Amino acid sequence: MKGKTADGGWSPYLAGALLGLLAIASAFASTQWLGKTKYLGASTSFVRAAGLIEQKVAPELVAANEYYTKTKVRIDWQFMLVVGIFAGALISSVTDRSYRLESVPPIWKERFGNSVLKRAVGAVLGGVVAMMGARMASGCPSGHGLSGMMQLSVSGFVAMGMFFMVGILVAALVYGRRSS
Amino acid sequence: MSSDQWLGLVTGILFGFLLQKGRVLRFEKQVGAVLLEDMTILKFMLSAILVGMIGITVLAEADVIATSRKSMNLGAVLLGGALFGGGWAIMGFCPGTSIGALGEGRWHAVFAIIGMLLGAALYAELYPFFKSTVLAWQDFGKIGLPEALGVSAWVVIAVFWVAALALFLFFEKKGL
Repeated sequence: MKGKTADGGWSPYLAGALLGLLAIASAFASTQWLGKTKYLGASTSFVRAAGLIEQKVAPELVAANEYYTKTKVRIDWQFMLVVGIFAGALISSVTDRSYRLESVPPIWKERFGNSVLKRAVGAVLGGVVAMMGARMASGCPSGHGLSGMMQLSVSGFVAMGMFFMVGILVAALVYGRRSS
Repeated sequence: MSSDQWLGLVTGILFGFLLQKGRVLRFEKQVGAVLLEDMTILKFMLSAILVGMIGITVLAEADVIATSRKSMNLGAVLLGGALFGGGWAIMGFCPGTSIGALGEGRWHAVFAIIGMLLGAALYAELYPFFKSTVLAWQDFGKIGLPEALGVSAWVVIAVFWVAALALFLFFEKKGL
């Protein structure tokens, strides 16, 4: 097991194990300092962000919406966790010089070419479907995958199984015919 | 900022740092995993779970922390999980990694983020419909594997460790 990977990153085993320690420390620290155990997650923050944006244009719609009311549209612990992910990735990539401006990702480029518009349409459509699914299931790979499985939650194991099974199926259909 | 916002921010910075160091934020790593060509994200996630599940179980059994399991609502987890899996393969990011990818310069992640914000708003609009259909099918509640299987948490953890280590050996042997 090498400590560094070919692309200058850390071994995924090492970085992952450290994330496991962070998840434990975070559960402990939030219980001690906030009086409530917090688990890593991300998708609920997209509901809160969508609600905050919608409040600017149609506040009455947000106020009358059952799901927004249930989720509570506000900037909470997890919202700032997601903001922190951006900052942490920026710090890490700038300091190890892996920061790259990229308009179309590899694999996608091999299959669909250099068009930014095509990538935008694919990403928006995929994003709509994925987030509807994540909210329906009440979690994403962070909430269900990491936090759910760490707590030995049945829903975490089943959700991760579905994410990967359907992901493998759709990826084979979408990227199966690549030029390289 | 309040103390919960500060704690969230600091935890998030460390989370993002580790995601970036593990090189798991990238589109090609996520799609590479579902194409069964590059198992980096699975190695990363499973390693986090292997370590995390021990600490979380010890602290929860000692009543130092509370658990917060998500409900095993059959329709929600199966259909929601399937929709997420399909959308994820096309988008190439999950919610947390899209934000991190933006942080490491992959600015096209902004399209995925816009899509997910639209998806969240759409879900909020359609929630009453889902609540009376998919979500109303069958809910087993916030169950854990140990209770479901009638074994100790440590048996589940031991089996998971053996299975994950076997998978790691397989990945390394195949160069995935």
